[in-house]
Amino acid sequence: MHAPVVTTGRDLRLDLFRGIALWLIFLDHIPSNLVAWGTIRNYGFSDATEIFVFVSGYTAAFVYGKEMRERGFFISSAHILRRAWQIYVAHVFLFAIYLAEISYVATSFENPLYAEEMNILDFLKQPDVTIVEALLLKFKPANMDVLPLYIILLLLFPPILWLLRYRSALALGASVLLYVLTWVFNWNLPSYPSGHWYFNPFAWQLLFVFGAWCALGGAQRLSTVLQSRVTLAIAVAYLLFAFVITLTWYLPGVGQYVPHWLEELIYPIDKVNLDVLRFAHFLALAVVTVWFVPRDWPALKSRWAWPPIVCGQHSLEIFCLGIFLSFAAHFAMVEVSGAVWMQFLVSGLGIVIMVGVAALLTWYKRAEERSAGSRRKKGPDADLAGGEA
Amino acid sequence: MKIPIAAALAALCAALGALPGAAFAAEREACEVPGYLLFGNNELKHVSEAVQKDKRLTVAVVGTGSSLLAGPDGPRSAYPARLEAALKRRLPSVDVKVVSLARSRMTAEDLARGMEKVLADEKPDLVIWQTGTLDAIRRIDPDAFRAALEEGVETLHRGGADVILMNMQYSPRTEIMVSPGPYADTMRVVAQQHEIPLFDRLAIMRHWSDTGAFDLYAAGKDNVLAQRVHDCIGRGIASMIIDAAHLRSVDTKAGQ
Repeated sequence: MHAPVVTTGRDLRLDLFRGIALWLIFLDHIPSNLVAWGTIRNYGFSDATEIFVFVSGYTAAFVYGKEMRERGFFISSAHILRRAWQIYVAHVFLFAIYLAEISYVATSFENPLYAEEMNILDFLKQPDVTIVEALLLKFKPANMDVLPLYIILLLLFPPILWLLRYRSALALGASVLLYVLTWVFNWNLPSYPSGHWYFNPFAWQLLFVFGAWCALGGAQRLSTVLQSRVTLAIAVAYLLFAFVITLTWYLPGVGQYVPHWLEELIYPIDKVNLDVLRFAHFLALAVVTVWFVPRDWPALKSRWAWPPIVCGQHSLEIFCLGIFLSFAAHFAMVEVSGAVWMQFLVSGLGIVIMVGVAALLTWYKRAEERSAGSRRKKGPDADLAGGEA
Repeated sequence: MKIPIAAALAALCAALGALPGAAFAAEREACEVPGYLLFGNNELKHVSEAVQKDKRLTVAVVGTGSSLLAGPDGPRSAYPARLEAALKRRLPSVDVKVVSLARSRMTAEDLARGMEKVLADEKPDLVIWQTGTLDAIRRIDPDAFRAALEEGVETLHRGGADVILMNMQYSPRTEIMVSPGPYADTMRVVAQQHEIPLFDRLAIMRHWSDTGAFDLYAAGKDNVLAQRVHDCIGRGIASMIIDAAHLRSVDTKAGQ
């Protein structure tokens, strides 16, 4: 199963961490899962979503940026929009699976203890409205918020990428400005039946654009900062601070040692609008990671790094598969057993399936390339490119 | 046709409800709640005053569907009534009254708006505010949810009542479709900042599920599970009130 990984000047660390992020997102999406205690959201402010969005921005810029240079603005924009369309289709497919599960629950589950919780089925009473709202990305069931965010980010990406290539500082500045204005004026997109997007695209674009900026030379510009011991020290200190604060959420009694003024200052830590504390936590994680995991780290080519890397290289497919598997895992826990051994079993099995499917996709892509290779000059690698942006 | 069946069901339920405490006594051990989930540093000052000075205690439960049980026996077996029974048992010298004001399909904002009326009508020493379920289902804006909680708690404090916040039920079957987590976090933060106790029903029921005290995955129309869970919740809140209002001495004195 150990296929050699693709190495066309691509930074394997991106695939590695995106693969790990996909696993963590899968684990976090299985409710009542003990294994999810091991995921990073329990040890600091940020979670796998930040990694996923940042790496997606980075790879999108890396791949489409190269294409924009070689084939021009319109062709690369068309590819970006086609990618957005693919993600939309994937989202609708997942929604269909979600509808199937919820309809099953509606007919099979009756427990007087949970009469109130059964209100979630209300939306089945007016499918005319709900399904249209879902197609408009306004009705988004729990755990299905990331792909709509991704779609919006890609739709807006062509002009941003263009600007990043010519005036990168201006593009990053505009992104920061939009983030700040979003916080000042509470901008967000509306949701159905109420409220707003769970991942506010106007705020989360900062992480995506920052990733893109890093890919297009920003990382080199930051290298002196990244290599400074002072930066590392600040990052480590901040990670420790976040860890201690997070502990107070889970260890009863510790909370009283957090001074009141600090609580006033940091809470609430807003995930919807990508709280600055979360963004800083991601940056600190990135600084520490870059420090200890160099680009040419030999372990990146080892058999141990292969499973997450291969998942990271097929992120859209594996992301969708992960969402589907988390539904399936929950279903198995409800129908068979919710015991601890079952939680470990479905978690482990899910990751094995994700790796297996990713390996299959790699094999298939190679086979396709081999047969197509003689006929045409190779375009941008679908996987590196849109494929996995 | 339906009437005889309903009557038979009612009779059955009544029979179940009337069973001597033996069945519940066995449960008592099973649904034990670890102390760290029940006892904290936040105090119920009005409650201790009312109990120690006037020997009476009026509690109002403001909540939604999960504070109610259906069926003819519902009102007697839902946790507000079980709380009243537990408090009367443990504080025999106190005139305890628990009023249930639960109504289904209400968000935190709906309930917060009604707090003035609750104060005026019932003059409670303590309000147990159960909320968050419909907010999580409808995915109400977190900021709006938080603002509603703060408004409600501040109204009650201004009106001279103590408050206990109670979060959602642990519902493993619907968990993939509703994520109560962020709403439970918000409630914890609001409780911390206003220094009021939080009855963490989510964690407590999760604990019962993990320890096997109750099979909360079970499906079926059977009322017995619901009644037992509500009885345990009622007794849990009673323990929380007695601890947070420092009523242990009253308790032991009454027992002597």
